[in-house]
Amino acid sequence: MDHDSILKINDLKTYFKIDDQKVVKAVDGVSFEVPKGKTLGIVGESGSGKSITALSILQLLDEPGEIVGGEILFNGDNLIEKSIPEMRKIRGNQISMIFQEPMTSLNPVHTIGNQISETIDIHQKLSRTESKKKTIELLELVGIPSPEKRIKQYPFELSGGMRQRVMIAIALASNPELLIADEPTTALDVTIQAQILELIKDLQDQLGMSVMLITHDLGVVAETCDYVAVMYAGKVVEYSDVETLFEDPKHPYTVGLLNSLPRHDIKQEELTPIDGMVPSPFEMPVGCRFAPRCPHATDLCREKLPSLWELNKDQEVRCWIYTEEWDGDQEVKVSDSLNLA
Amino acid sequence: MAVLKQEQKINLTTKKQHPRLRSMKDFYRKLKRNKAALVGGYLILFLTIVSLIGPYFLSNGINDVDYTARLQPPSAEYWLGTDQHGRDIFSRIIYGGQITLIVGFLSVALGGIVGVAIGIASGYYGGKIDTVIMRLMDILLAFPGILLALAIVSILGPDIVNVIYAVAIYSIPSFARIARGSTLSVKKLEYIDAVRGIGAGDFRILVRHVLPNVISPLIVQATLSIATAILTASGLSFLGLGAQPPSPEWGAMLNDGRGYMHDAGHIALFPGLAIVIAVLAFNLFGDGIRDALDPKSK
Repeated sequence: MDHDSILKINDLKTYFKIDDQKVVKAVDGVSFEVPKGKTLGIVGESGSGKSITALSILQLLDEPGEIVGGEILFNGDNLIEKSIPEMRKIRGNQISMIFQEPMTSLNPVHTIGNQISETIDIHQKLSRTESKKKTIELLELVGIPSPEKRIKQYPFELSGGMRQRVMIAIALASNPELLIADEPTTALDVTIQAQILELIKDLQDQLGMSVMLITHDLGVVAETCDYVAVMYAGKVVEYSDVETLFEDPKHPYTVGLLNSLPRHDIKQEELTPIDGMVPSPFEMPVGCRFAPRCPHATDLCREKLPSLWELNKDQEVRCWIYTEEWDGDQEVKVSDSLNLA
Repeated sequence: MAVLKQEQKINLTTKKQHPRLRSMKDFYRKLKRNKAALVGGYLILFLTIVSLIGPYFLSNGINDVDYTARLQPPSAEYWLGTDQHGRDIFSRIIYGGQITLIVGFLSVALGGIVGVAIGIASGYYGGKIDTVIMRLMDILLAFPGILLALAIVSILGPDIVNVIYAVAIYSIPSFARIARGSTLSVKKLEYIDAVRGIGAGDFRILVRHVLPNVISPLIVQATLSIATAILTASGLSFLGLGAQPPSPEWGAMLNDGRGYMHDAGHIALFPGLAIVIAVLAFNLFGDGIRDALDPKSK
């Protein structure tokens, strides 16, 4: 795909070496792009490698996680080759991250004012008064009322939604070019979720940054994203723009995900789950990782791993059905099994 | 009156207090209920004040030798009697208090700072550094405290300053262990990832974010360590390895009186009592702080 991309990940591999024999390939050859000024959603169930991909970008992996291959191109620079001090200058400055748990992402012993101005102090040389002024502006920006009073408060005095707003303020302190939001709304209730997503969207329009939104909620994707990468068992199985994904999903897993959502436009007695389980990280299938659960799988799927094919300008899919080698039903149309209104 | 009380009640429930103030108030409330801790606290305060300003009010100097008044029992002139050189024991104990408190505080401060620095760095970085450092600490811990201090003083030479170093060195491992343990649990928390995510360096993370969150068990350890430090320092001086005569260090005084136990027991008795009171005070207070800082206690 030829976009003007701010972030381009090629064949990223992040492994966790448990011992000499056991290696968990949490992220195994992931490639995608975040187009400039747009929002990319990364969808997948727990353990599909979404968060590890995000942590790999900022190199915040904990032992024994390690990036073993691939490249992470940020504005054309490969972040994997950066030294520790160089990465430090990028974190919170050019690339910021919001974490899942606003309740525990703030240090309980410092006031929120101090925690916001800390990012400013690290990356910008501002005087104390300027830094305080900027902190108040940031709190206003993220919609926290009476910021002069709030900067003196401690995290425990704020609700979950407020704390997530504070986290966003911290992330925005240095006008980052890319914001990585790792399930920013998972821990919040539905009304607050909508507010936070709205806020991120507004701020993106206002500041012109790119956003990488990690979520397991397809509803969130439909509302906020321009492009979507669907991940399954450490690999991207489908990448496309958001309309195409919902109208004409190509990968059987994507179809399964969409079918398992509750819908208000059709009459449903019960939801349709995807049969089977996510494969254990120690016993990955040899062929396509989704083959054991896929209704269309053939011997080819079970034996050989498909690569990510570019179907057209806006859609890539990792499935044998769309290749010359496909040995199953030539007429199969995956999106036909999508529950339609 | 009743109206006033009601108002106060409302104030208590609605007014939001500064959380640090609130936790401090909570801490005092718990501490105040613990009578033993209060006694310990007041004793420490008393000892500190007496040894700081006491010397200005004494008429007898610490080394005023008066051979006409040797081995006197307690009297109106010599409140705690005199020793074999006719020196006033009361004056000497008060001066000795200064030495004791300085040795206690300085050695624990020194050992604590080094131990905490080693502990949080070890816990935070983990891996090989952690293994090597903690095995070293285990080796230090394997020696009984007094024995290790004895060995260190024998190497450095008998002097009260060397006692401070010796006690500091042997208190390092216990601080390091506690700091490391708390750091291990704190470093896994999301806010540490979050500060790494904003580009903070390791030093900033350790000092600004890890340290304040691991400090409370260390405060308890420090208070209790002072008691041990005082006891060890007196012990070393008693053995002639610490403060040298004519210094009025309590342990050294105890040693002075050893030969006169039958004829003039008070020479050894009063410095011994002083050591007991000081050690007891810090132990009681340390236990009280531990209970008061424990979030599970009410």
